[in-house]
Amino acid sequence: MEQNPSTIALTINSSFKFTELVASVTDNITQIVGFGEEEAHWISLSVRESVINAIKHGNKLDSNKAVDVTFLISEESITISVRDYGEGFDPSHIPDPLDPTNLLNPSGRGIFYMRTFMDEVDFSSHPQGGTIVKMLKKRVISETTE
Amino acid sequence: MSLTINQRTAGDVCILDLSGKITIGAGSVQLRDTVRKLIDGNNKKILLNVGDVSYVDSSGIGELVNSFTNTNKAGGVLKLLNLTKKIQDLLAITKLLTVFETFTSEEEALNSFNK
Repeated sequence: MEQNPSTIALTINSSFKFTELVASVTDNITQIVGFGEEEAHWISLSVRESVINAIKHGNKLDSNKAVDVTFLISEESITISVRDYGEGFDPSHIPDPLDPTNLLNPSGRGIFYMRTFMDEVDFSSHPQGGTIVKMLKKRVISETTE
Repeated sequence: MSLTINQRTAGDVCILDLSGKITIGAGSVQLRDTVRKLIDGNNKKILLNVGDVSYVDSSGIGELVNSFTNTNKAGGVLKLLNLTKKIQDLLAITKLLTVFETFTSEEEALNSFNK
Protein backbone atom coordinates (compact mmCIF):
# COMPACT_ATOMS: atom_id res chain seq x y z
CA MET A 1 0.00 0.00 0.00
CA GLU A 2 1.04 3.57 -0.62
CA GLN A 3 1.79 5.71 2.41
CA ASN A 4 -0.72 8.46 1.54
CA PRO A 5 -4.42 7.72 1.99
CA SER A 6 -6.38 7.27 -1.24
CA THR A 7 -9.99 8.18 -1.81
CA ILE A 8 -12.35 6.41 -4.19
CA ALA A 9 -15.87 7.74 -4.63
CA LEU A 10 -18.87 6.55 -6.57
CA THR A 11 -22.47 7.66 -6.80
CA ILE A 12 -25.37 5.39 -7.69
CA ASN A 13 -29.09 5.91 -8.16
CA SER A 14 -31.41 4.30 -5.62
CA SER A 15 -31.81 0.92 -7.28
CA PHE A 16 -30.93 -2.41 -5.67
CA LYS A 17 -29.29 -3.58 -8.90
CA PHE A 18 -26.40 -1.20 -8.14
CA THR A 19 -25.63 -2.87 -4.79
CA GLU A 20 -23.79 -5.59 -6.77
CA LEU A 21 -21.63 -2.93 -8.39
CA VAL A 22 -20.78 -1.32 -5.05
CA ALA A 23 -20.04 -4.77 -3.59
CA SER A 24 -17.69 -5.54 -6.52
CA VAL A 25 -15.81 -2.27 -6.02
CA THR A 26 -15.57 -3.02 -2.29
CA ASP A 27 -14.18 -6.49 -3.03
CA ASN A 28 -11.54 -5.00 -5.32
CA ILE A 29 -10.52 -2.40 -2.77
CA THR A 30 -10.26 -4.83 0.16
CA GLN A 31 -8.11 -7.05 -2.04
CA ILE A 32 -5.80 -4.13 -2.85
CA VAL A 33 -5.61 -3.13 0.82
CA GLY A 34 -4.76 -6.71 1.74
CA PHE A 35 -7.63 -7.90 3.88
CA GLY A 36 -8.06 -11.66 4.22
CA GLU A 37 -10.92 -13.45 2.42
CA GLU A 38 -13.16 -13.67 5.48
CA GLU A 39 -12.68 -10.04 6.60
CA ALA A 40 -13.18 -8.87 3.02
CA HIS A 41 -16.46 -10.79 2.83
CA TRP A 42 -17.83 -9.15 5.99
CA ILE A 43 -16.68 -5.67 4.93
CA SER A 44 -18.46 -6.18 1.62
CA LEU A 45 -21.59 -7.37 3.41
CA SER A 46 -21.53 -4.31 5.71
CA VAL A 47 -21.20 -1.95 2.74
CA ARG A 48 -24.01 -3.76 0.94
CA GLU A 49 -26.25 -3.49 4.04
CA SER A 50 -25.58 0.24 4.41
CA VAL A 51 -26.28 0.89 0.71
CA ILE A 52 -29.53 -1.11 0.93
CA ASN A 53 -30.55 0.92 4.00
CA ALA A 54 -29.71 4.17 2.18
CA ILE A 55 -31.87 3.14 -0.81
CA LYS A 56 -34.75 1.65 1.18
CA HIS A 57 -35.01 3.63 4.41
CA GLY A 58 -33.07 6.81 3.49
CA ASN A 59 -34.15 7.57 -0.05
CA LYS A 60 -37.42 5.59 0.28
CA LEU A 61 -36.77 3.80 -3.04
CA ASP A 62 -36.85 7.10 -4.96
CA SER A 63 -34.64 6.23 -7.96
CA ASN A 64 -34.03 9.94 -8.61
CA LYS A 65 -32.18 10.24 -5.30
CA ALA A 66 -28.49 9.35 -5.18
CA VAL A 67 -26.43 7.29 -2.78
CA ASP A 68 -22.81 8.44 -2.42
CA VAL A 69 -20.24 5.85 -1.41
CA THR A 70 -16.72 6.96 -0.50
CA PHE A 71 -13.80 4.72 0.38
CA LEU A 72 -10.86 6.18 2.28
CA ILE A 73 -7.98 3.75 2.12
CA SER A 74 -4.88 3.93 4.28
CA GLU A 75 -2.22 1.45 5.21
CA GLU A 76 -3.89 0.78 8.55
CA SER A 77 -7.57 0.81 7.72
CA ILE A 78 -10.44 1.33 5.34
CA THR A 79 -13.21 3.84 6.05
CA ILE A 80 -16.41 3.68 4.02
CA SER A 81 -18.99 6.49 4.08
CA VAL A 82 -22.46 5.96 2.65
CA ARG A 83 -24.70 8.99 2.28
CA ASP A 84 -28.36 9.12 1.32
CA TYR A 85 -30.54 12.12 0.54
CA GLY A 86 -33.57 11.21 2.65
CA GLU A 87 -35.25 12.63 5.72
CA GLY A 88 -32.78 11.12 8.17
CA PHE A 89 -33.48 8.65 10.96
CA ASP A 90 -32.59 7.93 14.56
CA PRO A 91 -30.52 4.72 14.80
CA SER A 92 -31.25 4.48 18.54
CA HIS A 93 -34.87 3.63 17.65
CA ILE A 94 -33.95 0.43 15.81
CA PRO A 95 -35.36 -2.62 17.63
CA ASP A 96 -32.79 -5.02 19.10
CA PRO A 97 -32.79 -8.08 16.79
CA LEU A 98 -31.57 -10.25 19.69
CA ASP A 99 -34.60 -9.44 21.84
CA PRO A 100 -36.63 -12.69 22.01
CA THR A 101 -39.72 -10.84 20.80
CA ASN A 102 -37.85 -9.70 17.67
CA LEU A 103 -36.02 -12.94 16.90
CA LEU A 104 -38.47 -14.00 14.19
CA ASN A 105 -38.80 -10.58 12.56
CA PRO A 106 -38.02 -10.91 8.85
CA SER A 107 -36.09 -7.61 8.87
CA GLY A 108 -34.01 -5.42 11.18
CA ARG A 109 -30.64 -7.20 11.18
CA GLY A 110 -28.65 -5.10 8.68
CA ILE A 111 -27.27 -2.49 11.09
CA PHE A 112 -26.61 -5.17 13.70
CA TYR A 113 -24.45 -7.04 11.15
CA MET A 114 -22.62 -3.80 10.25
CA ARG A 115 -21.85 -3.13 13.92
CA THR A 116 -20.73 -6.72 14.41
CA PHE A 117 -18.33 -6.92 11.48
CA MET A 118 -16.86 -3.39 11.40
CA ASP A 119 -14.66 -1.84 14.09
CA GLU A 120 -16.56 1.46 14.16
CA VAL A 121 -19.97 2.44 12.79
CA ASP A 122 -21.24 6.02 13.20
CA PHE A 123 -24.44 7.65 11.98
CA SER A 124 -24.69 11.40 11.45
CA SER A 125 -26.91 13.89 9.67
CA HIS A 126 -25.51 15.76 6.69
CA PRO A 127 -25.92 19.57 7.01
CA GLN A 128 -27.64 19.62 3.59
CA GLY A 129 -29.90 16.70 4.47
CA GLY A 130 -29.69 12.94 4.49
CA THR A 131 -27.85 10.47 6.67
CA ILE A 132 -24.17 9.52 6.55
CA VAL A 133 -23.03 6.13 7.78
CA LYS A 134 -19.31 5.95 8.40
CA MET A 135 -17.76 2.52 8.92
CA LEU A 136 -14.14 1.78 9.74
CA LYS A 137 -12.26 -1.51 9.59
CA LYS A 138 -8.69 -1.73 10.81
CA ARG A 139 -6.24 -3.93 9.02
CA VAL A 140 -4.33 -6.34 11.19
CA ILE A 141 -0.76 -6.07 9.90
CA SER A 142 1.22 -9.18 10.66
CA GLU A 143 4.99 -8.84 10.93
CA THR A 144 5.59 -11.62 8.42
CA THR A 145 3.89 -9.69 5.63
CA GLU A 146 5.95 -6.54 6.10
CA MET B 1 -25.57 -15.14 -10.35
CA SER B 2 -29.07 -15.16 -8.86
CA LEU B 3 -30.69 -18.05 -7.03
CA THR B 4 -31.35 -21.44 -8.62
CA ILE B 5 -33.86 -23.69 -6.86
CA ASN B 6 -34.13 -27.40 -7.66
CA GLN B 7 -37.03 -29.21 -6.11
CA ARG B 8 -37.10 -32.92 -5.28
CA THR B 9 -38.88 -35.19 -2.83
CA ALA B 10 -37.81 -37.93 -0.47
CA GLY B 11 -40.88 -39.69 0.91
CA ASP B 12 -43.14 -36.95 2.22
CA VAL B 13 -40.29 -34.42 2.59
CA CYS B 14 -39.84 -31.76 -0.05
CA ILE B 15 -36.19 -30.81 -0.52
CA LEU B 16 -35.17 -27.52 -2.12
CA ASP B 17 -31.56 -27.48 -3.32
CA LEU B 18 -30.57 -23.80 -3.41
CA SER B 19 -27.54 -22.46 -5.25
CA GLY B 20 -26.43 -18.88 -5.86
CA LYS B 21 -27.31 -15.78 -3.88
CA ILE B 22 -30.13 -15.00 -1.47
CA THR B 23 -30.03 -11.21 -1.35
CA ILE B 24 -32.43 -8.31 -1.67
CA GLY B 25 -31.67 -7.95 -5.36
CA ALA B 26 -31.64 -11.62 -6.24
CA GLY B 27 -33.12 -14.70 -4.71
CA SER B 28 -35.12 -13.62 -1.69
CA VAL B 29 -38.41 -13.18 -3.58
CA GLN B 30 -37.78 -16.40 -5.51
CA LEU B 31 -37.32 -18.35 -2.28
CA ARG B 32 -40.44 -16.78 -0.75
CA ASP B 33 -42.57 -17.69 -3.78
CA THR B 34 -41.27 -21.27 -3.94
CA VAL B 35 -41.91 -21.96 -0.24
CA ARG B 36 -45.33 -20.28 -0.51
CA LYS B 37 -46.28 -22.62 -3.38
CA LEU B 38 -45.17 -25.66 -1.38
CA ILE B 39 -47.25 -24.56 1.62
CA ASP B 40 -50.26 -23.87 -0.64
CA GLY B 41 -49.78 -27.35 -2.11
CA ASN B 42 -50.07 -28.78 1.41
CA ASN B 43 -46.41 -29.78 1.69
CA LYS B 44 -45.83 -29.83 5.44
CA LYS B 45 -42.21 -30.98 5.56
CA ILE B 46 -39.64 -28.78 3.87
CA LEU B 47 -35.86 -29.13 3.88
CA LEU B 48 -33.76 -26.26 2.52
CA ASN B 49 -30.34 -27.40 1.31
CA VAL B 50 -28.22 -24.23 1.41
CA GLY B 51 -24.83 -25.91 0.84
CA ASP B 52 -24.35 -24.23 -2.54
CA VAL B 53 -25.54 -20.78 -1.50
CA SER B 54 -22.62 -18.48 -2.18
CA TYR B 55 -23.87 -15.27 -0.59
CA VAL B 56 -26.56 -14.24 1.89
CA ASP B 57 -27.28 -10.75 3.21
CA SER B 58 -29.67 -9.66 5.98
CA SER B 59 -32.59 -9.81 3.53
CA GLY B 60 -31.67 -13.40 2.71
CA ILE B 61 -31.53 -14.29 6.40
CA GLY B 62 -34.89 -12.53 6.79
CA GLU B 63 -36.28 -14.66 3.99
CA LEU B 64 -35.12 -17.87 5.69
CA VAL B 65 -36.92 -16.65 8.85
CA ASN B 66 -40.01 -15.79 6.79
CA SER B 67 -40.04 -19.24 5.19
CA PHE B 68 -39.69 -20.82 8.62
CA THR B 69 -42.54 -18.86 10.23
CA ASN B 70 -44.88 -19.20 7.23
CA THR B 71 -44.35 -22.98 7.20
CA ASN B 72 -44.96 -23.15 10.97
CA LYS B 73 -48.13 -21.08 10.68
CA ALA B 74 -49.42 -23.55 8.09
CA GLY B 75 -48.77 -26.42 10.52
CA GLY B 76 -45.60 -27.55 8.78
CA VAL B 77 -41.91 -27.85 9.61
CA LEU B 78 -38.96 -26.28 7.78
CA LYS B 79 -35.37 -27.32 8.50
CA LEU B 80 -31.96 -26.37 7.09
CA LEU B 81 -29.33 -28.65 5.58
CA ASN B 82 -25.62 -28.05 4.89
CA LEU B 83 -25.09 -24.57 6.33
CA THR B 84 -22.02 -22.86 4.95
CA LYS B 85 -19.65 -21.32 7.49
CA LYS B 86 -20.84 -17.81 6.58
CA ILE B 87 -24.55 -18.63 6.83
CA GLN B 88 -23.86 -20.34 10.14
CA ASP B 89 -22.06 -17.20 11.40
CA LEU B 90 -24.92 -14.92 10.32
CA LEU B 91 -27.49 -17.16 12.02
CA ALA B 92 -25.37 -17.62 15.16
CA ILE B 93 -24.74 -13.93 15.90
CA THR B 94 -28.44 -13.14 15.60
CA LYS B 95 -29.34 -16.14 17.81
CA LEU B 96 -31.22 -17.81 14.96
CA LEU B 97 -29.37 -21.10 15.42
CA THR B 98 -31.61 -21.48 18.49
CA VAL B 99 -34.63 -21.23 16.18
CA PHE B 100 -33.71 -23.38 13.17
CA GLU B 101 -33.10 -27.10 13.28
CA THR B 102 -29.97 -27.66 11.17
CA PHE B 103 -28.25 -30.75 9.76
CA THR B 104 -25.03 -31.68 8.00
CA SER B 105 -26.38 -35.03 6.78
CA GLU B 106 -29.39 -35.32 4.49
CA GLU B 107 -30.20 -38.77 5.84
CA GLU B 108 -30.31 -37.49 9.42
CA ALA B 109 -32.38 -34.51 8.35
CA LEU B 110 -34.92 -36.74 6.59
CA ASN B 111 -35.12 -39.14 9.53
CA SER B 112 -35.72 -36.21 11.91
CA PHE B 113 -38.99 -35.34 10.16
CA ASN B 114 -40.48 -38.70 11.12
CA LYS B 115 -39.49 -38.75 14.78
